[in-house]
Amino acid sequence: MSAPIIWIAIPFAVGFFLLFFLHKRLSPLIGGAVAAILSLTALIFPIDTALLLGAISIKISASIQFFGRSFALNTADGPLIAIVYGLAALWFFGTETSGTANRFVALGLMIVSLLTASIAVEPFLFAALLLDMAAILAIPLLVPIYQKPGRGIIRFLTYQTLAMPFILFSGWMLAGVESSPGAISATVQAGTILGLGFAFLVGIFPFYNWIPMLMEEAAPYASGFLLWALPTFTVIFALGFLDRYVWLRTSPQLSNAIQYAGIFMVASGGLFASQQKHIGRIMGYAAITETGLLVLAMGGRSAEIVNTVFLLLIPRGLELAVWALALSILKRRAYSLRFGEVKGLARKYPIAVSALILAHLSMTGFPLLAGFPPRLALWQELAGQPIYMSFWVFFGLLGLLVALARTLAVFVMAEENTGWAWNETWAQSVMLGLGALGLFVLGIFPQILQPLIVNLPALFNHLGL
Amino acid sequence: MILDIISWAAVGIILATSTAIFINRDWRISLGALTVQYIAAFWLVTRHMPFVMGSVKLITGWMIVAALGITRLGLPAAEDQQGNAFLPRGQWFRLMLILLVALVTVGVTPRIESAIPGLGWQVIAGSLLLIGTGLIHLGMTSDTLNAILGLLTTLTGFEILYAAVESSILVTGLLAVTNLGLGIVGSYLLLAGSAAAEAEEER
Repeated sequence: MSAPIIWIAIPFAVGFFLLFFLHKRLSPLIGGAVAAILSLTALIFPIDTALLLGAISIKISASIQFFGRSFALNTADGPLIAIVYGLAALWFFGTETSGTANRFVALGLMIVSLLTASIAVEPFLFAALLLDMAAILAIPLLVPIYQKPGRGIIRFLTYQTLAMPFILFSGWMLAGVESSPGAISATVQAGTILGLGFAFLVGIFPFYNWIPMLMEEAAPYASGFLLWALPTFTVIFALGFLDRYVWLRTSPQLSNAIQYAGIFMVASGGLFASQQKHIGRIMGYAAITETGLLVLAMGGRSAEIVNTVFLLLIPRGLELAVWALALSILKRRAYSLRFGEVKGLARKYPIAVSALILAHLSMTGFPLLAGFPPRLALWQELAGQPIYMSFWVFFGLLGLLVALARTLAVFVMAEENTGWAWNETWAQSVMLGLGALGLFVLGIFPQILQPLIVNLPALFNHLGL
Repeated sequence: MILDIISWAAVGIILATSTAIFINRDWRISLGALTVQYIAAFWLVTRHMPFVMGSVKLITGWMIVAALGITRLGLPAAEDQQGNAFLPRGQWFRLMLILLVALVTVGVTPRIESAIPGLGWQVIAGSLLLIGTGLIHLGMTSDTLNAILGLLTTLTGFEILYAAVESSILVTGLLAVTNLGLGIVGSYLLLAGSAAAEAEEER
């Protein structure tokens, strides 16, 4: 069997089956189990390498042909697939406890398989189409049939769709630039169009306004999943561009532009987060800040780009999952998630509030939590850059810390003589507890990620050399 | 020569239909114009692509119109488009915007033709008109149906141009799926809005 069938076709088919045929209560278990099995398979069986199991020789071939083009997942993709499906399993197992619509798992599996296809398709440029299809598939996930779609949803759909033509066309232009590198105007045009495409796709200022809107309008768990899945693959896609085109990789102007975009996202995300009175929107801005850090890491000219980016990506999945799950639990009690409604909830939902605070602390880069080691690596990178860059990153993270202080103050603002209660279910407590434990484990022992990320630079032939 | 004349006619149709979609508030006229627009786009696409692959775009487009039309037909009349109250909504203002797009198209088309020779003036003009009107449409509305129409118009414009430089079957297929997905999601969002309104009325 070939790798694209195992990690693209099978999860897509399972998702489709879950969507239309299976009992809804079983879907989180089945979807989660499938994602976990796919993750373990990627971890155990190297792609395109014969493996002897007793007398049986197993080999997963790397590619298949589809309409004249190939989808290929190579040996180097194995750890990445394991990480992605592992984190997806985490999200799917948490669905039941979050109370999110049951089609979340089915659509989630289909989205992850499409996103996996985006790293497999050759020419890699066509990934823009698959990313757009994943975004389109996410719409029913975000808008239940009984809810009027808000402006955030429309903007999300618009920006994600507009990104695709820009990227496809810039890819065609870049091929021309490669053959005549001296053509300055063509280079500038291609770079501008590419930049616009990724600005739409990643949600770079000012195109990130849909994120806080979405966090206000849609279910936090579904939105959180999207804020994890889409930027993860978009960043890998962007790294593919940097890896593929020499002038993109070597252009100091482009590198500066990427870094400025990242810094602006970090600083503005932190600043806006500190001004919010809605805990969902705060999560949205925190995700923007985190994406800004990713963009900033991509703009670095050091040999550690890939390592730093993946070091940021893995804890992000866990932080967002814990945060979104906690928000979903609180949303059942305080539907609007505004400060006025969540006041004093620390005494009624101590575990959800603690998990939310821990995830928020982790995103600000608090020591001993999952977000700290990658930020430390990023600070190290920034040490070699002008001081104002470090200042603005510090400013953004400080903004997140201010938002955290305000959130915490509201959560503990209970009326006098209010007793402590435990309103989370056992399942919710266990899931949140495991997530919080994971945040500590990744923070205290970041080396456990080493086996997963050590081979990831091999995904890119030229980056970091 | 005849082909060129037909192509210019297609550009004219594109200008007329995109203006109709942008100016009109009646969804029936908008969807009717979109149907005709897909025929003109099909013609321009087939200037650089085989007839069969071009017809994929036409059929997909018509399927989208059918999906949106059937969905919209089942919704109450009160669901009519609500534009963004912040922006001017008069027809003359919109007509001026279309004129602006047309002027930009006239100015930019020769430059693109000289930068990428062989595309053909008609293909570039048709494509730019659609992209331009689609984008201003998107910028002026927060209504679901109009936003979807704006996106479809922009994508059609891009597809005309992209067909001239990339004729892969996979890309054609994926673009068709993306367009169809947009149409289906548009129908879903229209239904979702209407279900919410019905629930509110029942209360």
